[in-house]
This record gives sequence, structure tokens and C-alpha cells, in this order.
Amino acid sequence: MGIDPVTLAFWLIVAATPILLAGLGELVVERAGVLNLGVEGMMITGAVCGFIAAVHSGSPVLGFLAAALAGAALALLFGVLTQILLANQVASGLALTLFGLGLSALLGIGYSGISPPPVPRLDLPGLSDLPVLGRILFSHDAMVYLSVAAVAAIAWALRATRWGLILRAVGENPGAAHALGYKVVRIRLLAILFGGALAGLGGAYLSLVRVPQWTEGMTAGAGWIALAMVVFSGWKPWRLLLGAWLFGGVTAAQLRFQAQGIPVPAELLSMSPYVITILVLVLISSGRGMAGAPAALGRPFHATG
Amino acid sequence: MTRLIPTLAGFTLAAGLGLSAAAQDDPVKAAFVYVGSIGDFGWTYEHNESRLAVEEHFGDAVETSYVENVPEGADAERVMTQMALAGADIIFTTSFGYMDATNNVAAKFPDVKFEHATGYRRDHPNVSTYSARFYEGRAVIGHIAGHMTESNIVGYIASYPIPEVIRGINSAYLHAKAVNPDVDFRVVWVFTWFDPAVEAEAAQALIDQGADVIMQHTDSTAPMTVMAEAGVIGFGQASDMAAFAPAPRVASIIDNWAPYYIDRVQAVIDGTWESTDTWDGIAPGMVELGEMTDAIPADVRASAQAIAESIAAGDYHPFTGPIARQDGTLWLDVGEVADDGTMLGMDFYVEGLSGEIPN
Amino acid sequence: MIRLEPRPVPSRLWRVAAPVLAVALTMVAGAVLFALLGKDPLAGLRLIFWDPLFDPQFAAYARPQLMVKAGPLILIAIGLAMGFRAGVWNIGAEGQYILGALAGAAVGLAFYPSASPFLFPAMVLAGALGGWAWAMIPAILKVRFNTSEILVSLLLVYVAEKLLAAAALGWLRNPEGAGFPGSRNLARHPGTDNPVLIDAIGLHWGGVTTILAVIAAQILLARHVGGFQLRLMGEAPRAARFAGVVPGRVTILCLGLSGALAGLAGLFEVTGPAGQISIDFNTGYGFTAIIVAFLGRLHPIGILLAGFLMALTYIGGELAQLMLGVPAAAILAFQGMLLFFLLAVDVLTGYRFRFGRGRAAHGH
Repeated sequence: MGIDPVTLAFWLIVAATPILLAGLGELVVERAGVLNLGVEGMMITGAVCGFIAAVHSGSPVLGFLAAALAGAALALLFGVLTQILLANQVASGLALTLFGLGLSALLGIGYSGISPPPVPRLDLPGLSDLPVLGRILFSHDAMVYLSVAAVAAIAWALRATRWGLILRAVGENPGAAHALGYKVVRIRLLAILFGGALAGLGGAYLSLVRVPQWTEGMTAGAGWIALAMVVFSGWKPWRLLLGAWLFGGVTAAQLRFQAQGIPVPAELLSMSPYVITILVLVLISSGRGMAGAPAALGRPFHATG
Repeated sequence: MTRLIPTLAGFTLAAGLGLSAAAQDDPVKAAFVYVGSIGDFGWTYEHNESRLAVEEHFGDAVETSYVENVPEGADAERVMTQMALAGADIIFTTSFGYMDATNNVAAKFPDVKFEHATGYRRDHPNVSTYSARFYEGRAVIGHIAGHMTESNIVGYIASYPIPEVIRGINSAYLHAKAVNPDVDFRVVWVFTWFDPAVEAEAAQALIDQGADVIMQHTDSTAPMTVMAEAGVIGFGQASDMAAFAPAPRVASIIDNWAPYYIDRVQAVIDGTWESTDTWDGIAPGMVELGEMTDAIPADVRASAQAIAESIAAGDYHPFTGPIARQDGTLWLDVGEVADDGTMLGMDFYVEGLSGEIPN
Repeated sequence: MIRLEPRPVPSRLWRVAAPVLAVALTMVAGAVLFALLGKDPLAGLRLIFWDPLFDPQFAAYARPQLMVKAGPLILIAIGLAMGFRAGVWNIGAEGQYILGALAGAAVGLAFYPSASPFLFPAMVLAGALGGWAWAMIPAILKVRFNTSEILVSLLLVYVAEKLLAAAALGWLRNPEGAGFPGSRNLARHPGTDNPVLIDAIGLHWGGVTTILAVIAAQILLARHVGGFQLRLMGEAPRAARFAGVVPGRVTILCLGLSGALAGLAGLFEVTGPAGQISIDFNTGYGFTAIIVAFLGRLHPIGILLAGFLMALTYIGGELAQLMLGVPAAAILAFQGMLLFFLLAVDVLTGYRFRFGRGRAAHGH
């Protein structure tokens, strides 16, 4: 039996969704000029809080809501540190990851081995019955549609709205944005909260849909991949989608190659998602370069005067 | 180290004297080093359950402590040393990678007993090793898998290509093949013991390739959820995974260390502890078979039970010839049974398995 | 209204007092955390901060262990800090650490059972080269194709981990190891071992190298034009170009240096405390070192102190688990809090709080 491209495509979308959600949040944060390396910590806290809320309420919707709140709460901590107390962003983000991994494990004691309420698949009327595409694109759960819709919304908002313009200005030249009367710190804080909420959703997608259960450390580096994907995307939402699908696709495909018994060494296959991502990025970035990186990324801003 | 040893020796001597003076009242201290977290619901979870069983069994006579998530290497050596310094009488080190650290620390604390899981080195008279013959359990679930598969494709999620895992694949395959000559095993190496998302991916990949029975030699329950959704069956690994019964979890192999731990702690209390090498299977209960659910036809349950019982009774060895290696050369002649040495170092597939072992 | 006002010169008082305040705040928060978990808060704090240093039962062993644990963190962080100052983002020291260990171990094992006095120096060289070469991948891709070194160095960590597993299971596996994964024990073989030189402080060759690296970095930054150029490139890349700094060359140098130091850390670890190549040889030093670098404000002496503080929380955290039954997760959360407070109070060094609207009338 060969590898069925339709099921592969279907599953790669599912596998990519947590990375996509978290990456999308981080993309907005970075566009505002802030580098939050705490994605992993926010994801896993979202994963556990979403799981607990869903189990107790019986409602996945409440679970996702709680996950977004938890991710945002952790992000707020990062925001206060870096925007108000002007702490170093890289170190604060890494500390957030440590803290999130610890906190989530503590919160999750007693929740291992339980199944959460199921998240239903939402077949889109008419579209799900399309041949091939119907199965690949239109028979997913609501979060998948939501994540793709969020890509479109954010891409549009960044490009064509006043909000997007302000956000980008804050990320490119906070001094000038401040001089124009924009509240740089407030805008960055909002972006950080939004990023945390999306990271929380990404984590909850793992614990409620993809895996679905709670286990300590279950994000297993997904937050780091999300961060890498933001760089990969050149800070452009649609390219982030592409990157997440590429990474998810190679991951899913390499396991299927193995399952099929294709004689490529398993250890080479297991490296392939990372190597291929690097190679594709080299191809994309050669020549045009990293023009997309926000100019003020990672630099603290303090309004003087 | 030269300057450290006298201090340590002096300390242990003092501790030893203190202990003998108050031997009747002082509880025996048992310490456990875990490689994962006790909430992993697999390997470390079962070791910790067995630690709790020790506490339950001895009550106030024994005090236990543990440190979890201890990386192999330098950190493990430090944690063991601190346990010994804290007055532990017996230390269980529950991962293969602790082997050198265990022996290093044992050299420094001759009065403390060390129990190393799944290793083979006992450099000092105060080191024992213990392991479980999981392949016995895998023979039984292989038998069930052979009967239950309709697509004749059995998926196998494997962690690392080490003898332990290869032994399990061979044992399961031989017993599936014995009842279903058309069975085909698909092995996916995930190169991790524990990564729920990757394990779930692997299960999905195997299902997409047509597998309708899946075995796992990784520790998370993530594949179970994927199996449940796809309507295929699988087996609990390391712990019972009873939450997924009656299906997809139709049976399970449980690591039950409790009887061994209780035995060894008792030996310390009695002063009869000796360095031993234990490799126990189904018979003494170190490898336990979880309840077989009604998802398995009654006659298959009965025949699986019969295999388990004959293994336990010593009438049957899961690796009994004739068995050929994958390349067709003879490994075991008719009636010959595998010796422990070959099994411990097993680095080859048996005939009929496809694919290559990585490396 | 409370606002922050930059100090004309950083406060010397707060530079010293801020970390003390942070530790005090962490103790309060940590006490609450332990109390919530039903553990004796005072005992917990004592086990983490006091007992590894002063308790008669543990200190004699734990104190030298601080050096063993802090050494690799500091060594890696020194290299990273040079790059961070110049705006070169090497996030993948963990991978370079692995490759250093692999390369060094491979040399040692290739000549097994030689005990030649030249063998260990050759392994050290190979370790540095291994880390350097792995860091050259992001460096060259950055310079040649302008590919982000953040992404490449980070993803190469995962590739390095797979290589490590393949080595432990395959080409470096101990032929006398009964088929089990893991290499021969290098620490137990004369010629390939990295012994403890001074027991009382746990000093092995890695520690010696760490101390030398700290001194060299201090000299470079304080007295050498190179230190100035690094800062210039990080803070004002355009000005740096006018000053004759070639960004590509700095990128190559910084990544190469941090890679080589990370590789050395890996080599000294595999030949000493860890003893062998195993599947899970790497334990996160490369990532923790990033925190150490910033906690130390990218300054060699600061990094030295930050490294020891982190090491203390690791060792004390193990004691708290062992003696008090605190879950490992609580120790992680505790470390996270300590870092938060350290980062938060840092603001007091460069700024002071002003109450009321005050001078904000003109501007803000």
C-alpha cells in the first residue's frame, strides 16, 4: 500500500495546527518589536489549563477559552517584566518557559490518564463532499478553520488596517511611533497578551485534539518549532502557514515512509523535518535576505522625556 | 577524589555506627532515582507505584524518598551520592543509563546497597541488577495480535533500536506469525521514549498504512487515543492504561516492580541482602498481564492465557527453535531455547520481519 | 502616578543590592509555593540555598559539585555573551555542546586503548573543532545567504540530538557493552579521562578552561579594541561599519567562538562527569547558559556569579526533592520565579521610581 496523499495532507494540517497557532501569536508579538522566547511555557500552560477546564466543564469551548486566558496570563508576566520593568526579553522569555513547564506540571497533577471531552469535527456543508479537497480541507474541527481564518485576518490586518500600521510602526521605530503620540508600551503589551492567548490555544489543541490527554512536558519542544517558524515566515502570516504545513508535512511523511518500509535509514528520516526546513529557508532567503525582521525586534523601549 | 574519599568514608562509618546502635528503631531508608516524572503514566509511574507499595507494605518500618527527572550521567551520580549522604540504606536506580553512575557511587559507599534496573554491571559487592522479561508478555500480546488482525498488518511503535526493544518485536512477531502466517509487522522508530505528539503521529501513520492492531514500546498513552478514534486495537505498555479499556486497550503488559522491591528491602532489614542478578518474568509477577477485555474472542483469550501460564510454569520459552535470523541463517535449532546472553544483546530481526534495524 | 526615570549613571548600590533583593523576594514567593504544596517552607528554602553550602552532612560533597555544575554553564555563557553583545544570536549552543562531545569522544575512541599523553589534548582540540564546525553552519548560511542564525542554530540542536542518538546506538557504541547503547566510559580509561584536579573545589580541566575563559573575556572587553567593536556592532551596526568592522567577519568569529567554547564544555563533560556518550547525554546546558549570559548582564564576572547561582538551585533543588518530597516541577517553577525576580529588580540599577507627575509636565 502506498502513501495516500489525501490522508497525509489531512493529517499534516492537524499536526501543524498547534505550531501555526502559537507561531501566529508570536508573529504578532515580534511585529510589535518584542521577542518572547517563552512560547513553549505559554503553550504548555495553555495545554494543562485548557485540559482541566474542559474536563471539569465537559465543554471543549470553555477549555480553549481557559487555555487562551492562561496563556495570556503568563504572557502578562512577561509583558510586565519586559515592558514596564524593562527586563531583558531573551532571558525573560526563557525564564517564562522554565516557569511554565514547572507550573503546568504542578497544576496537572492528578490529570494524567483522563480523556477530555471530544472536540467534534465540523464538516462544512457542501464543501466536505468535494472530492479530495473536501477530505483534506473541509472535514476538520473548528480550531483548524479558526487558525486558518486567523492567518487571513492577521495578514489582512497587518497590511491594510490602521491597527496593523500602528503595530508595525511600533515594531520598526518605536521612537517615532511614540513621537506621533502612540502608546508604545500599551500596544506592545496588547500584542504580548494576544501572543500568549494564541500560544495557549496552540497548547490546548495538543491536549484536547491532537493527543488528546494531559501529560507532563507534552509540548515536547513545539513552542521552539513555532518560534523557528516565525523566523522562517519572514514575519509574514501566509508564509507561516506554509512553513507550519511544510514542517508538519515532513514530520508526518517521514513516519509514513517508515511505516511503509521504505529503505531509508530511520535516523536520517527523523532528522529530515529540521534539515528540510533549514534548506527551504536558505533557498527562500538567499538573495532577498531577511528584510522582514522588525527593526526594533528585541530592543527595549522606554519613553524618555 | 583522593581527598574526598576519607571524608566520605568517615561519614559512612559514623552513619553505620549510628545505625547499628539504633537498628531496632530506625526505619530503613530506601531511595529511588527516576529518569522521568512520576506523572508520565509509563515507566517512571510504575516504579513510583511500586515505591508506594513498599511504603504500604512496611508502614513505619521503612522510609522512602525519590528524586525525579534525573538526567543520566553526572547529575545521576550526584543525586545518588546525596541520597547516600542523607543516610539511605538501599538505593534503586531505575534507568539503564544510570549504570556507570551507580557503580561509581557504590564504590564510595560500601555500606549502602544499590539496585540498578536493566543493567548488567555489578562491579562491587553492594550492587545488584534487576530487569524484567518483558518479551514474555510480548509473546502473549503477539499471539493476540496475530488472531485479531484482519488486515494482517500489525503496527509497532518502537523507541530506540536497543536489544530490549528488538527482543520485544521479535517475540511479538514470532507469536503472531505462529497463529497467522500472513501477518506483516510495520515498525516505526520514533527515537524517543516519551513524546505524546510524535507517538500519536506514529500511530496515525501506521493506521493509514492499514494496520488494525498496534503495539507500542514507548511510554505515553497518546497512541491509545488515536487508536480509539480509528477503531483499531492496542495494548497497554508499562502501565495498565486501564482508562482505555475495553477498547482500544484489549490487554496490557504491566511492569510490576513491587514484589521485587519489597523483597529487597526486606533483605536489608533482615541483613540478608546480597548482590544478585535478577531477570524475572511472568512467573514471579514482575511482568504482569493486565485483564484481557471482551473485545478479544473467548477462545483467543483462553489460548493467550494458556501461553502465559506455560511460560510462567517454565514449560515454554518464547524463543524456542527452530528460529532463523532475518538473513535466513539459523539461530536456534529445533527445540533449542535462546540463552540469556544472546537475548540480552539481541541486535537482529528474526526471519520474516521486513525492514532494517537502524544502525 | 509612578514612572521610571533613567539614572544619569547606573547605581552602584543597586548593582549589588538588586540581586540580594531578588533572592529575598524569591524566598518569600518560594515559601508560599512550598506552603501551598503542604511542605515546610523554611525547610525548603534552607535545603535549596543553605544546605548545599553549609550543612555538615551535604556541604563537603555539594560545594565542589557547584563547580562541576556551574563550569559548563559559565563556559558556554561566556562565548554566547560575546555574540549577544554583537547582535549575533546563537540559540543552538546545546547542539554545539553535543557535537563537541561527539568529536572529542570519537578521537579518543578511535585510538582506544591508547593512553598516550597526547591523546587527551587531541580530544580537547577535536571537541573545540566539533563545536566550532557545527556553529559554522549557521555562520556561513548567515553570511552567504543571509539566513537567520536564530532559526538555523536552533533547528540544528534537534539534528545534533539525532546524531547523538545514532552515535550512542551505532558508530560509537561500546563493543563490549552487550549491545546496549552508549560508548565506552572515557572517564575510566587513563588517557581519555578528565580527572578532578582539586577535590575541594571540584576542579577538572573544564573548570580550568572556564576560569581562563572568564579572564580572557574580561580582558577582551575591558582593554581590547575588539570588545568595543563587538558592542558597537550590536548597538549601532551602521556606525560599526564606518568604524571598519566587517559584520560578516564578526558573525563568523562570534559564532565560531561560542561554538568552540560550547564544544569544549561538551568534551570536558563527556570525558569527566558524564563519562560516556549516551542517548540523553545533553541535559540542557546550552539553553540554560543563555539565561546565565543575560543574568550576568553579558559581563564575565556577572556570568560567573549567575552560573554559580543557577548551579546552587539545581543542587539545592535535588536536595529539596530528596529530603522534603518536593516535586521536580516545583523546583522548575521556583527557578523560573528566581529568574523573574532577578530580571525585574535589575531595573533599579538603571532607573529610579518617581511618584506623582513631577517633571513629567514637560513632555512624556
